Amino acid sequence: MIHNQTVIEQRPAPSSAIGPLAWLRTNLFSDPINTIFTLIGLYVLYLLVVPTVQWAFINADWVGTTREDCSREGACWVFVNARFTQFIYGLYPRAEIWRANIVFAGFFTLIAWLAIPRLPFKRWVAVFALVGFPVVAYVLLHGGYFDLPRVPTHRWGGLMLTLLLATVGMVGALPIGIVLALGRRSNMPIVKSFCVVFIEFWRGVPLITVLFMASVMLPLFMPSGISVDRLVRALIGLTLFQSAYMAEVIRGGLQAIPKGQEEAAAALGMTYWKRMGLIVLPQALKMMIPGIVNTFISLFKDTTLVMIIGLFDLLGIVQAALADSRWLGFSLEGYVFAAFMFWIFCFSMSRYSQYLERKLNTGHKR
Amino acid sequence: MKTVRWLGLGISILAPSVAMASTLETVQNRDSVRCGVNAAQPGFSALDDDDQYRGLDTDICRAIAAAALGDASKVDFVPLDSVERFTALQSGEVDVLSRTTTWTSNRDTSLGINFTGVSYYDGQAFMVASDLGVQSTKELDGAAVCTQSGTTSELNLSDYFRIHNMAYDAVVFDSPEQSIAGFEAGRCDVLSSDASQLYAQRMQLADPDRAVVLPEIISKEPLGPAVRQGDDQWFNIVKWTLFAMLNAEELGISQENVDEQLDSDNPDIMRLLGQDGDFGEAMGIEADWAYQIVKQVGNYAEIYDRNVGSDSDFNIARGLNGLWNNGGIQYAPPIR
Repeated sequence: MIHNQTVIEQRPAPSSAIGPLAWLRTNLFSDPINTIFTLIGLYVLYLLVVPTVQWAFINADWVGTTREDCSREGACWVFVNARFTQFIYGLYPRAEIWRANIVFAGFFTLIAWLAIPRLPFKRWVAVFALVGFPVVAYVLLHGGYFDLPRVPTHRWGGLMLTLLLATVGMVGALPIGIVLALGRRSNMPIVKSFCVVFIEFWRGVPLITVLFMASVMLPLFMPSGISVDRLVRALIGLTLFQSAYMAEVIRGGLQAIPKGQEEAAAALGMTYWKRMGLIVLPQALKMMIPGIVNTFISLFKDTTLVMIIGLFDLLGIVQAALADSRWLGFSLEGYVFAAFMFWIFCFSMSRYSQYLERKLNTGHKR
Repeated sequence: MKTVRWLGLGISILAPSVAMASTLETVQNRDSVRCGVNAAQPGFSALDDDDQYRGLDTDICRAIAAAALGDASKVDFVPLDSVERFTALQSGEVDVLSRTTTWTSNRDTSLGINFTGVSYYDGQAFMVASDLGVQSTKELDGAAVCTQSGTTSELNLSDYFRIHNMAYDAVVFDSPEQSIAGFEAGRCDVLSSDASQLYAQRMQLADPDRAVVLPEIISKEPLGPAVRQGDDQWFNIVKWTLFAMLNAEELGISQENVDEQLDSDNPDIMRLLGQDGDFGEAMGIEADWAYQIVKQVGNYAEIYDRNVGSDSDFNIARGLNGLWNNGGIQYAPPIR
């Protein structure tokens, strides 16, 4: 006798087990307590989001040129709109803004080129970005060469200045930090003590003090008549300060590399620089990405401190704009704009570092 | 050759300025006046939408440039923090400091700087909500007063209330924005600060008419431009720039009518505008220096009204800053 085998046809899982409803059920409404908390959470979210959206979008005023165009019921983005050029370029002469635009375009192109894996000639682009581009950017921004009118640095400002300070600080601090970290682990007593003193000195003073010394005390020590540009003073101060922090981040990474790696390299007859450059640092730097990016992000935000030495970075120029009698009382809009810009850059850095970590992951991650 | 280029690149960053020369020569060689100003002080020095500094202090910088170089636009504004302003002046980074700086004996005598005059007589005042119906500071017994920490205002406030045997609750904030927000939220009945700042803070209220600034002034805060000690020629130029603007107002010469006034036969006007005698020569500047000031910047009344007075949003009455023959104490020596 042959049994009639009834084959049950494949069916999709019941809607109570998969799909958004099931997800809601398991995650948000699994039991009474969970349900209560979910409802409370939704209510709080409602209380927060609705007025914010109303303020920032629905009741906001977008078009116009003066404060009279703002109803004051919502955000007055007219203010940010009217000041946008100033927020981006500072007091850079309007007729010369094309120069800043070229630098901006070059800057973002280079970054994109280096960040997107498919594009070729990475090595040459990197060399150009580190050697050629700063010169091009300086000549373009500062002028005085090739019939370009000179734009003194005190007219630079806004987002342009923030990016400049942060980029120079990062690019300068990383190599100095590596050298300092290697020096601190060195067996040579003079090199070692110099590095220790340097790092501990710069880590021991707040950045605001460094900038203050650079702007208030330094001019008094200089021979009369010689004054170093304040932007240069700020850049040097910022770079030295950050390099000390960077050195400690890198030293942490170096210590995580097992000693056997270096000993094995030494056994192969590698010199010190080869051991470091080919074996230790590539592994260490990879592990230190979160720490390095952490330092970069904090540096990016620290650049706002240059405000106290009379440089208008993004936040500084926003605050300066708030003092214009035609725009008094729109500080919230100004600060929200500045916060948003800072968030864009910091968040991008954070995402890129996570991407790098995944890309460079060789299975050592625990 | 290439090395020279690179060297030039480096040196141009170091931007050497010649300090051995007199300030006027330095200014003329550079073809601009470097003027230390406040980065953000409504009515005195603030950036407008077109990247231009507007304000009473910055107009004084422009007037100095008009006198010294004949062109009011030849000013490099250097925004300065309140701490570094004196260093910047001492070290030669700026030629003149026009930054809401109170003229005090200590600053005048111990910092190596000289104040050239008073461009604005300021003083600490009180602002109250208008629905309280308070008419005078004497009625403020027991009030909650918002003020900023670490300022002389805080000190003046406690002195004033002690002297007048009145009690008050201090509500202390860190910045002008915070204190006005506290005032608006009803944390205090009274806001106390320098009068010039109070008017700016009042503008930040949702409805500025809800608050009034009481007429009493409880401290002396004469604000004025300052120059380095030891260069009397430059000191004179800055000093007489302000005097020329005051004299122009007194003689009725304004930006609008200054060209007609060139034909005036009033000897005072002729001397001021350089039609009779040369009063610029002794200062090393052109004979028409005062004409350039009035033509390009305006007389004192004009810069006052434009920036803080009746033509501005602040609408501060002239008060002490009126001319001596008009109820105020602004008085300029004659030009002759």
